[in-house]
Amino acid sequence: MKLMQLSPAALRRQLAGSGVWLRTGPFSVRVRSRLPQVAQGLADLYGQFETRSPIEAFADFHVEINPPGLLRRWLRPQVNFSFDGERPFKPLPLDQAYPMLEWGLNWCVAMHAHHYLVIHAGVVEKNGFAAILPAPPGSGKSTLTAALALSGWRLLSDELTLIDRATGLIHPLPRPVSLKNASIPLIQSFAPDAFLTRAVHDTAKGSVAHLRPPRDSVRRQHEPARPGWVIFPKWQAGAATTLTPRSRAETFLYLAQNAFNYSHLGADGFRVGTALIDAVDCYDFTYSRLDEAIARFDRLAEERHVDAA
Amino acid sequence: MSTPRELVSRALRAPDSLARLSLGDWDVLVRQARRAGLLARLHAVLVDQGRLDVIPAAARWHFEAAATLAARQQIAVRWEVEKIRDALVGLPFSPIVLKGGAYVIADLPAAAGRLFNDLDILVPRAQLPAVEAALMLAGWHPAPLSAYDQRYYRRWMHEIPPLQHVKRASVIDVHHAILPDTARHHPDSAKLAAASVAVAGVDGVRVLAPVDMILHSATHLFHDGELPHGLRDLSDLDRLLRHFADGTDFWPRLAARAIELDLARPLFYALRYVRHFFATPVAAEVDAALAPAAPSGAQLPLMDAIFLRALAPDHATAADAFTALARHAAFVRAHWLRMPPRLLLPHLFHKAFITPFERDPSTA
Repeated sequence: MKLMQLSPAALRRQLAGSGVWLRTGPFSVRVRSRLPQVAQGLADLYGQFETRSPIEAFADFHVEINPPGLLRRWLRPQVNFSFDGERPFKPLPLDQAYPMLEWGLNWCVAMHAHHYLVIHAGVVEKNGFAAILPAPPGSGKSTLTAALALSGWRLLSDELTLIDRATGLIHPLPRPVSLKNASIPLIQSFAPDAFLTRAVHDTAKGSVAHLRPPRDSVRRQHEPARPGWVIFPKWQAGAATTLTPRSRAETFLYLAQNAFNYSHLGADGFRVGTALIDAVDCYDFTYSRLDEAIARFDRLAEERHVDAA
Repeated sequence: MSTPRELVSRALRAPDSLARLSLGDWDVLVRQARRAGLLARLHAVLVDQGRLDVIPAAARWHFEAAATLAARQQIAVRWEVEKIRDALVGLPFSPIVLKGGAYVIADLPAAAGRLFNDLDILVPRAQLPAVEAALMLAGWHPAPLSAYDQRYYRRWMHEIPPLQHVKRASVIDVHHAILPDTARHHPDSAKLAAASVAVAGVDGVRVLAPVDMILHSATHLFHDGELPHGLRDLSDLDRLLRHFADGTDFWPRLAARAIELDLARPLFYALRYVRHFFATPVAAEVDAALAPAAPSGAQLPLMDAIFLRALAPDHATAADAFTALARHAAFVRAHWLRMPPRLLLPHLFHKAFITPFERDPSTA
C-alpha cells in the first residue's frame, strides 16, 4: 500500500499512535509524531512510498519527532528528534520539525549502515550509470542533483551515496531533495510544476525547502546502478559550462574523507573505494546555467551508453 | 517467547530459541541489543554456533554492520594500547589494561563482538602526574568538564577525568585504583598489580590475573551508577567465567581472592545475576564460601527487584512501571557505596539541581 492511500486523518492518527512504517530505498523507517506539520510533510513528499501496518513489521529505524516537555510548548516552542529513545541532537525551533526529521533520517543511515560505504554526495543515474556529485556545502550540489532529477535523470539520493560493499553497485535512497536559500526560487522557476514544501527560514543551513522525489525514481528505488562518474560541481555566476578531467588519486582521497564510515570499514573501505575509483571517470564541473549543465551531463551519459554498447 | 526483559540474554545463551521469533520479536531484539551494545556480540555467538541462518533477511544487515564496527574497533584498540604503551615507555612501571581493552589484547572470549566507548588503564597512584603529562604530550587531553566535575574526579574518584586524543578522538580513563578512596570496600591496588600478568605478543603492558579480572569486572559493574552497558558487562563476565573455569582450582581461588580483597559482596551479586541472565555454570563451593558476604534476607529481594531491571537493556520495550525507579535506586546505591553520606548528599544535590542548568563547558 502507498502512503497516499492513507486519508489525512488516518495518517495523523497512525503517526501519533503506533507510528507510520515507510520503506525508503533499502531501509524501513517507523516514524512517530504528534505534530501536524510532520504529517503534512510526509503526505506532501512520501505519497508514492510503500507503507505497511507497523504492528508485526520489522523497521530498521524507529524515530520520533515531538516537542519536549509542557513548559517548552509555550515558551519558545521546540522540537526533538529521537532515534529509538535516544536524542543525538539538541532541540530545534518547532517550525523546523520537518527538516529535522529529514536530517535525522540521514543521520540514522550515516551512523548505522556500515554494510555500505556511505559517501556524502548527491547521486543520479541515466542509462544504467550513476553520476556521483560530492562537493562541499554551497557548491550547488543539491541544486544540480534536483535539476538533473527533474530532467530525465533518475534520483538516487541528494545526500547519501550508498556503495554496496559486496557488489560495488550504488543503491538508491530517493528521499526528498533538500534545497537551500537561492536554490529554492531557482528550482521553482526551472521546473514550475515540481512540488516544493513551503520554505522554513533561519535554520542552521539558512532557508530550507524539500523537493518531492520524482515518481519514477521512487518506483525504481530498489534498482541499483553502476558507478559511472565522480563529478565535482561548482556553481559560479556567469561561468561557462566546463568539464575538466580530474586526478583519480585526489578524487579517492576526497571521497575517503567525505565518506561517513570510511574509517569504520578498515581495509574493506579502501578496497571498496579503490574499486569505485577504477570504475569511474572523474571530473571537475563548473557551470552557471542549469540547462547547459544538463545538456553536458546528457552528452556524458550518451557517450557512456555508446561505449557500453 | 521469554519476557521482553530477557530477550537479549536468552538470545545469547540459547541462540536456537531465536528460530521461534516472529519478525515483530526481531524488531524488538535488534533495538534492545543495539542499546545494550550487544548486537555484534550476538552476531559473534551466531557465527560460532553456525546459526546465522536464524536471522531473518530484513534484520541481517544490522548484525553485519555491528560486526564490521566491532572488528574495526578491535584493530583500533590494539593500536591505541600500543600508542599508550609508547607514550608511557620511560616510566618505571607497566600500565595495566583493564576491561574490554584487556579482553582484546589477551584474546579472551569476552572480546568477541565487544564494542568500545573508551579504554581503561590502571597505573600506580604516585605516578599519576607523570602519566598524565606523558599522555598529554602524546596528544591525549582532558575532555571539557565543569569545574564541579573536575573537582569531583580529582578529589574523590579513583580515576582522573577522561583524556581524549586530539586527532583520533580515542578516550582513555586512567585509574589509580579499582574503587574510589571514599568507597566502603578498599581493594589493595598494589596486590592487583603484583599479581598482574604479561600479554603474549604485546610488550610493555599487563593485564589483571584471571581471578582479579573477574573481580574487577564485577566490582565495576556493581559500583557503577549508570549501568548503560550493564548487560554487556554481565555478558563479558559470563564469557570470562566459562573460559577461566577450566582450571581445577579456579573457583576456590576466586572465592578466596574475593574475600582477601574485600570484594566478596560484588562477586556475590555478579554470580547471582550472571546465572539469572546467562545460566552461567558456577561451582557450589563458591556459594558456600560467599555465604557470609550475602546480603541479609530482607535485602536480597529488594536487590533482585532493582538489578533484574537495571541490568536489562535500557530500552522502552524492556521496561515496566518500576524500571525508572530501579535504575535510580541502582544509581543512588552505587554512589552510596562509593562515598560516605556527608559527601554523597551534596553530590546528588549538585547533580540534580545544578548540573542541568550549567552551560556546556565546551561552549563556555
